[in-house]
Amino acid sequence: MELSEPPVLEIRGVTKTFPGVVANDDISFTLRPGEIHCLLGENGAGKSTLMNIVFGLYQADSGEILRDGQPVSFGSPADAIAARIGMVHQHFQLVPTLSVLENVVLGAETVRRGVLQLGSARETLVSLSDRYGLPIDPDALVGDLSVGVRQRVELLRTLYRDAQILIFDEPTAVLTPGEVEDFLATTRAFVDSGKSIIFITHKLGEVLAVADRITVIRGGRTVGTTTPDETSEAELASMMVGREVSFTVDKGVADPGEVVLQVSSLAVSDDRGVETVRNCSLEVRAGEIYGVAGVEGNGQRELVEALAGMRTVLGGSVRIDGQDVTGRSPRQITDLGVGHIPEDRTRHGLIAGFSLADNLVLNQYHRPELSRFGVRRRQVIVDRAAELVDQYDIRTSGIAAPAGQLSGGNQQKAVVARELSRPLKLLLVAQPTRGLDVGSIEFIHSRLIDLRDQGVAILLVSAELDEILGLADTIGVLYRGQIVATMAAADAARSEIGLLMASGNAAA
Amino acid sequence: MTSVGVAAGRRTPKLSRSRTLGLFYGFLGIMLAFRVAPALSDMPRKFSFGRGPDALGWTFNPQAVTVVIGLTLIVFAVLSFFEGRARRLVQGALIMGSVLGAVMILVASIALSQSSSTNVVPLLVQSLKLGSPIALGALAGMWSERSGVVNIGIEGMMLAGAGIGFVGYALLNGGRGGASLYVAVVIAILAGGLFAALHAVLSVSFRTDQVVSGVAVNLGAIGLTSFLRTQVLVPLNADSATTLSEFSIPLLSAIPIFGDELFVAKPIFFLTFVLFGASAFVLHRTRWGLRVRSVGENPYAAESLGINVIKIRYQAVILGGLIAGLAGAQFSLETVGSFDDQMTNGTGFIALAALVFGKWRPGSVLAAAMFFGFARALGVRIQLLGVEIGGFGLPSQFLQAVPYVVTLVVLAGAVGRAIPPGAVGRPYKRPQ
Repeated sequence: MELSEPPVLEIRGVTKTFPGVVANDDISFTLRPGEIHCLLGENGAGKSTLMNIVFGLYQADSGEILRDGQPVSFGSPADAIAARIGMVHQHFQLVPTLSVLENVVLGAETVRRGVLQLGSARETLVSLSDRYGLPIDPDALVGDLSVGVRQRVELLRTLYRDAQILIFDEPTAVLTPGEVEDFLATTRAFVDSGKSIIFITHKLGEVLAVADRITVIRGGRTVGTTTPDETSEAELASMMVGREVSFTVDKGVADPGEVVLQVSSLAVSDDRGVETVRNCSLEVRAGEIYGVAGVEGNGQRELVEALAGMRTVLGGSVRIDGQDVTGRSPRQITDLGVGHIPEDRTRHGLIAGFSLADNLVLNQYHRPELSRFGVRRRQVIVDRAAELVDQYDIRTSGIAAPAGQLSGGNQQKAVVARELSRPLKLLLVAQPTRGLDVGSIEFIHSRLIDLRDQGVAILLVSAELDEILGLADTIGVLYRGQIVATMAAADAARSEIGLLMASGNAAA
Repeated sequence: MTSVGVAAGRRTPKLSRSRTLGLFYGFLGIMLAFRVAPALSDMPRKFSFGRGPDALGWTFNPQAVTVVIGLTLIVFAVLSFFEGRARRLVQGALIMGSVLGAVMILVASIALSQSSSTNVVPLLVQSLKLGSPIALGALAGMWSERSGVVNIGIEGMMLAGAGIGFVGYALLNGGRGGASLYVAVVIAILAGGLFAALHAVLSVSFRTDQVVSGVAVNLGAIGLTSFLRTQVLVPLNADSATTLSEFSIPLLSAIPIFGDELFVAKPIFFLTFVLFGASAFVLHRTRWGLRVRSVGENPYAAESLGINVIKIRYQAVILGGLIAGLAGAQFSLETVGSFDDQMTNGTGFIALAALVFGKWRPGSVLAAAMFFGFARALGVRIQLLGVEIGGFGLPSQFLQAVPYVVTLVVLAGAVGRAIPPGAVGRPYKRPQ
């Protein structure tokens, strides 16, 4: 790489404010030709905002962007695409009811008098797919594809537009360990064919594996730029967070007691009626964390929702403390001492329009302590909320503020605070730290460990294998709705779990 | 299974949609075979295809036919419990069942009337003709909703087309036909487009709730056309004007039995089918159609690919309005030759039902609209036949309502859940 070559993209002093927040504060950044430049930072550090400005989705308040040395101004993504910039968004920008081919050509269609000419597009797509080793069925409906394949569609779409600068926003968040390796290899192939890549992530291992240069952003400002040779995971982490971070979860040896949750041959179907949990059996003991590892979409959501009473059980049984609770309602299950931290806090965890105080008592508002003759006791609710806010360090402008205004980390703390605010026997936890910053993750992890040490049985479902390995005492691998292997966390090898997650079979 | 179904069926195993409908058919079948059939006359009746006593036809014994239909429905009911093994077969059977229901209404009405034969061809042709404005309205709605904009203002856009088009006609040439009639049709189309533009401004640019905006269009159209009628049409004494004239399609109109009924008709009727064909092509085969579909499903994805969501929505909503205006012209300028307050009489709302029934797909929407047309034609025929039960004239409204009830049952049971375009009803706001 010649240092004298001009950068293909240069960002100078970009500032962007949203009401009340400075998302980007005088950020500068350069992308050299043919490099992979990682943009590292915690959630909310301003990485995505910066890239959305580059891609024309947001307009910067001040600062300038240069493409190949020329100042440019992108009023919309159309301008960015015209400047041959492509972006793979964290939340895929695909139309589920259209085919792969239609999604790929959308916005860059070849037409003759307005009529689509899909034949040549299909040839281009197939040749790109062969060239970069990204197999795809052009006629499949995107809505029917798995997450990993959808990402392939997004990649092929930017390639189809012949983008020279590729922006990947948290591309590996949804992939299995094996898929991540393939993906990193693919990015190399892109660079070899002359493209330049901006790779946004908060995963340190990937950064060191793939980056040519690394820029760290914290709180909307650039902390510094470095290279993998000059730095280490620990250094990057402290740059990211602003203090020393411990990577390992501090925990003692578990002391498992009686079986609390016993699931036998459970069958559950998803919203479309597909049986995504099938013949699923597992046992969770008091005082242990049972981690469910698996690629997303293998039935995790349906499993947890069924255990929480939110989804119809089609077959098999669920026992809590020996008592058959199959088919009971969420309220009945809650009353048995079961807490539930759902995977989607905004959909199932909180009511965004309600105040924080009301959200903190959603699981108990009907109980005599909190309501008398059906009338809620405001003062008790307020006191309890204030106490929880204090205890769980929920940062808010006040307990009367709508829960929807809290940041993701504080919303999650609110859910955790509510679920742990009463005596529990069993806790169902799904994706407890998704989208949270390192500080909040540490906090939630230590709470879960405390709870385990108090003798609560915990079922932990997470897409982050590191989280499972760090927290769980026993690990079960969920593959196509079935627990295909169970092992003690101490004996678990990462590669073995990765294989089980990908194929359901350790020998494959 | 829908999430609603899950919530309702948490504690008790739930009857599936198909089985519920199956049970209903079973009940209906038993009633028909064992209660209704014996009460019907066993004098032979005839469905004729064409006019005169020598026309081709099907002579049948109403009692026997009712028993057969009843037993078939019972078979379908039993079949519906094997849903797990033969899903497609069951679905087909359930839809067939509703068709049999419609045939049954016809059989019952002739059996209960005084006449011994009835001509089926005009009934079917009439179905298409009465279905045509519903179909056009539904097509208008399809364009709007496929782009993500709910349009309950179709009724208003049709009314605007009917009223303003006719006012233009009266002012131009006093309603005496000629080229001004065609100019008036163009005015009607533009009037529909104008009201659609209003809907677009409110709901796309200002992000008003799309339902509220549609209501505003409906109320605005009622007010404006009524005002124009009293201020312009009444002083001009404009009624019984010359309407668009029929023409016959060469060759096709020479087809025996139905050619002279179906292929001799007025221009907007023929245009309905042309527009459906064209719409299906544009929606699925052109760049603009692809963009409309993407904007209606996931506008954020479309925007990130450089598509101007606002522009596409404006275009689609206004295109829908133009079609609705044409549907309005069909009332005042093609069929009646005058304008009355609220003369569209709820057709725009039935069109919306047809749109949902047809799952927002052109072919199915057309079929659904024609099914509603059949319901209307059947209502008229029942009135003409003078159906009596036990010597009393049955109020025709009852039997007229039956096809709609059948539709509801079919919609709830056999067709399954209609999934609307993903972004329909949600105003799009560009990220800042």
